[in-house]
Amino acid sequence: MEGRVTYDNDDLNLKATELRLGLPGTDETEDHEQAVSTARNNKRPSPDDCVIKSKSDEAAPVAKAQIVGWPPIRSYRKNTLQPKKTEAEAPGIYVKVSMDGAPYLRKIDLKVYKGYPELLKALENMFKFTIGEYSEREGYKGSEYAPTYEDKDGDWMLVGDVPWDMFMSSCKRLRIMKGSEARGLGCGV
Amino acid sequence: MLKKMSYSSFPEDVLEHVFSFVQSDKDRNAISLVCKFWFQVERRCRKRIFVGNCYAVSPRMVTRRFPDVRSVELKGKPHFADFNLVPEGWGGYVYPWIAEMASGYPLLEEIRLKRMVVSDESLELIAKSFKNFKVLVLSSCEGFSTQGLAAIAANCRNLRELDLRESEVEDRSGNWLSLFPETYTSLVSLNIACLGSEVSISALERLLGRCPNLRTLLLNHAVPLDKLANLLRQAPQLVELGTGAYSADMRTDIFSNLAGAFSGCMELKSLSGFWDVVPAYLPAFYSICTGLTSLNLSYATIQCPHIIELLSFCPNLQRLWVLDYIEDGGLEALATSCKDLRELRVFPSEPYGAEPNVSLTEQGLVSVSEGCPKLESVLYFCRRMSNDALVTIARNRPNMTRFRLCIIEPRTPDYLTEQPLDVGFGAIVEHCKDLRRLSLSGLLTDRVFEYIGTYAKKLEMLSVAFAGESDLGLHHVLSGCDSLRKLEIRDCPFGDKALLANAAKLETMRSLWMSSCLVSFEACKLLGQKMPRLNVEVIVDERQPPDLRPENFPVEKLYIYRTVAGPRLDMPGFVWNMDEDSALRLSRKGFRTI
Repeated sequence: MEGRVTYDNDDLNLKATELRLGLPGTDETEDHEQAVSTARNNKRPSPDDCVIKSKSDEAAPVAKAQIVGWPPIRSYRKNTLQPKKTEAEAPGIYVKVSMDGAPYLRKIDLKVYKGYPELLKALENMFKFTIGEYSEREGYKGSEYAPTYEDKDGDWMLVGDVPWDMFMSSCKRLRIMKGSEARGLGCGV
Repeated sequence: MLKKMSYSSFPEDVLEHVFSFVQSDKDRNAISLVCKFWFQVERRCRKRIFVGNCYAVSPRMVTRRFPDVRSVELKGKPHFADFNLVPEGWGGYVYPWIAEMASGYPLLEEIRLKRMVVSDESLELIAKSFKNFKVLVLSSCEGFSTQGLAAIAANCRNLRELDLRESEVEDRSGNWLSLFPETYTSLVSLNIACLGSEVSISALERLLGRCPNLRTLLLNHAVPLDKLANLLRQAPQLVELGTGAYSADMRTDIFSNLAGAFSGCMELKSLSGFWDVVPAYLPAFYSICTGLTSLNLSYATIQCPHIIELLSFCPNLQRLWVLDYIEDGGLEALATSCKDLRELRVFPSEPYGAEPNVSLTEQGLVSVSEGCPKLESVLYFCRRMSNDALVTIARNRPNMTRFRLCIIEPRTPDYLTEQPLDVGFGAIVEHCKDLRRLSLSGLLTDRVFEYIGTYAKKLEMLSVAFAGESDLGLHHVLSGCDSLRKLEIRDCPFGDKALLANAAKLETMRSLWMSSCLVSFEACKLLGQKMPRLNVEVIVDERQPPDLRPENFPVEKLYIYRTVAGPRLDMPGFVWNMDEDSALRLSRKGFRTI
C-alpha cells in the first residue's frame, strides 16, 4: 500500500512531475522560496504571521474582531444574537410612583431591580416609610401602607402576587396606598 | 463460435422501463457509460439533473443531452460565500439557465437553486414558461424581491412548494401572498422564514384554509405570536412548523388559545422559529413534544434550565439545533433524554466576545457522543478543546459521518497540554471510517493532514482555516483523500508546490477554494494554461492587479473548478481566468447577464 510518502528536506521532487514553476529550463526563483519558508518555519505561528495579504498596509496585526468571515457564521444568524447586550443598552422601564399624601410623584426604573425585595426596599427609602410582611393570604401585614400598581388592563393590583418578570412587563405605574384603602386591598373581597 | 451478446437487440422501451427504477445520479451516470446504446436510451429518459457547479457545464449542453428533464438542481457560489469571502457580483446568475430551459424544458416541474443570484426577471420567466411548475426552492439565494414572488404566486397554478430558505429577499411590499388565486389549493410546503417584511395574516389564513395538503409552514419573524393559534387551527395537519416571533405579554387567554391550537396538531414532527422567546410560552407546545423529531432552537435565547425542561419532553428527537446557552449541563441532559439523536448543531451566542459567556466546553460534546449512539452529524462552536476529548468522541462514535468543529479563536491549542490538536482530529478520521465531511479548527500542524490523507478515504468535503505549516499539508490531502470533491482553505501556508504536483487531482474534484494562502500568480497561470478542463479563477483586488506585482506574489483568492464549458463569460472585472491573456480579458469586460 502506498501509505506514507517519505520526503528529503521537504522536497516534493518536482522534477519528477511535468509542472514546474517558472519558464521551462529555469530553476525556482529564490524570492518565492523565501516567501514560503518564512511561513513554513513557524511551528506555531502567531496571528500576525502566516497570512500574507495583498495589501501593503498589513504590517499591523489584525484585531480579532476584524477577521473577515470568522467565526464561520451566516450573517442572518448574527442579527439575532447578543440579546443580553442590547438589554443593557435598551432604555429602562420608568414608571411613576405616587404615595398617598405626598406632594409630588417620583419615577423609578424597574430594570434596576432584580426582584421584589429590592424594589420594596428602594420604595421604603424613597418615601421614608415601612412596608409590612408580604403574605399571599393577607397582603402586607403590619403596616398601614400597601404598594400597588396599575396593570395593562387598568386594574389596581397588589405588588408581589405575580412573578417578577410578569410584573415588570405589565406594570404601568405604582401607587403606595395608605390607611383604610390599603387595608381593603389586603383582605379577601 | 462465440455468440456475441447484442445490446441493441434489447428493446429500448424495456431498457427505459428498467432505468426508471434507478433514480440516483451516480447510478444513472454509470448506466450512461455502459455503451453508446445505453447512453442514448438513458439520456432520453432522464428526468432529474443535478449540477453541483453551475459553471461546470453550459445550459445548452444540458438541454441538448437530456431532452426530457422535469427537475433541475443547480448550485452557484462557493460555500465560503456564506461567510462573506466572495465579493458581490462574483457570479452564479441563474437567468441564462432559465432562459435555456424555457425553450428546452416546457414541461419542467421543479427548480432547486443554492447560492445563486436570482433576479425578479428570472422568477417572472419561470412563472410564465412552465405550465406545470410545482417546486421552487431558493436556498441561500439573493437578487430578487417580493415582486418576483408575486409573479410566482399569481401564475403558478400547480405550485406545491415555495421554499425560500435563508435567501435574501428585497421587500418591495405589495401583497404578494394575496396573489395566490382563490382557486389555488395545491400548496404543500411554504417557507418564508427569511422574509424581513410582513405578510398579510388574513391572506395567509385564507391560503391555509383552502390548502388541505399543506405539510410544511415556516413563518417569518414578523408573524406575531397571538396570530399563531389561528393559523394552526387552519392547518392542524401540519408536519413541520416554523413559528414567528415567540413573544407576547404574558396573558392566560393567549396562552390557553395557543396551547389548545398546538394540541390539535397531532402530526407535528418538526419545530423551528422561536425568535425573541418568552420562556413562559414554551409549555404551550409541550403536548406535541413526544412526536417531535426535529427542533431548531438556534434563534431562541433561552437559558439552560428552560432548554433542559423542554428536552425532557422530547424523547424522540433526532435533530437538535440550539445556541450555546444549553451549556455542558444541558448537553448532558440531552444525552440522557434523547437517545435517538442523529444530528446536533450548537451555535455561539456571542461569537465575537473575547471571553466565554456560557459554560459550554468540550465536555458537552463528549457527553452527547457517549449518550447518543446514533449521533452522526455534528456542528459545534466552542472555545476550548483537547486531544483527549476528540479521541474519546472518535472512539464513542465511529459512525460519525459529518464532523464540523469550530474553536472560536484561531490556532487554539489543546487547553490541557498546549499541544496542537493533530492527534485528536487524527483519531476522528481514523475511527470514523465513513466520514464524509470534516471542518478543522484549533492549532494544527502538517501532521493532521498526514492523518487525513492516510485515513479519510471516504471524505468528500474538507474545510480548513488557520492550519498547517507547509505545502506538505496540502499535498497529503490532495494525494491521499480518494473521495475528495470539495476542498476549501483559508489562511494556511499552502503554496505552489503541492498544488502543481497534484494538478491532475483537481480534475477529479468539483472545486478548490484557497484564500489568504501562499499560491503565486505565476503558479495560477501555469495551472490555468496546462489544464484546459479546469477553470483557474483568481479574484483580484482591482486596486492592485496581480500582473503589476512580482509574479511570485501570493494571490488573495483562488477558485479552481473542473468544467467542460471553458472559461465563463460572465466574470466581473475582479475575476481573472488564468488561461486567458490580458488582451482577451479586457475585451470580455463588456459581457453581462441579468
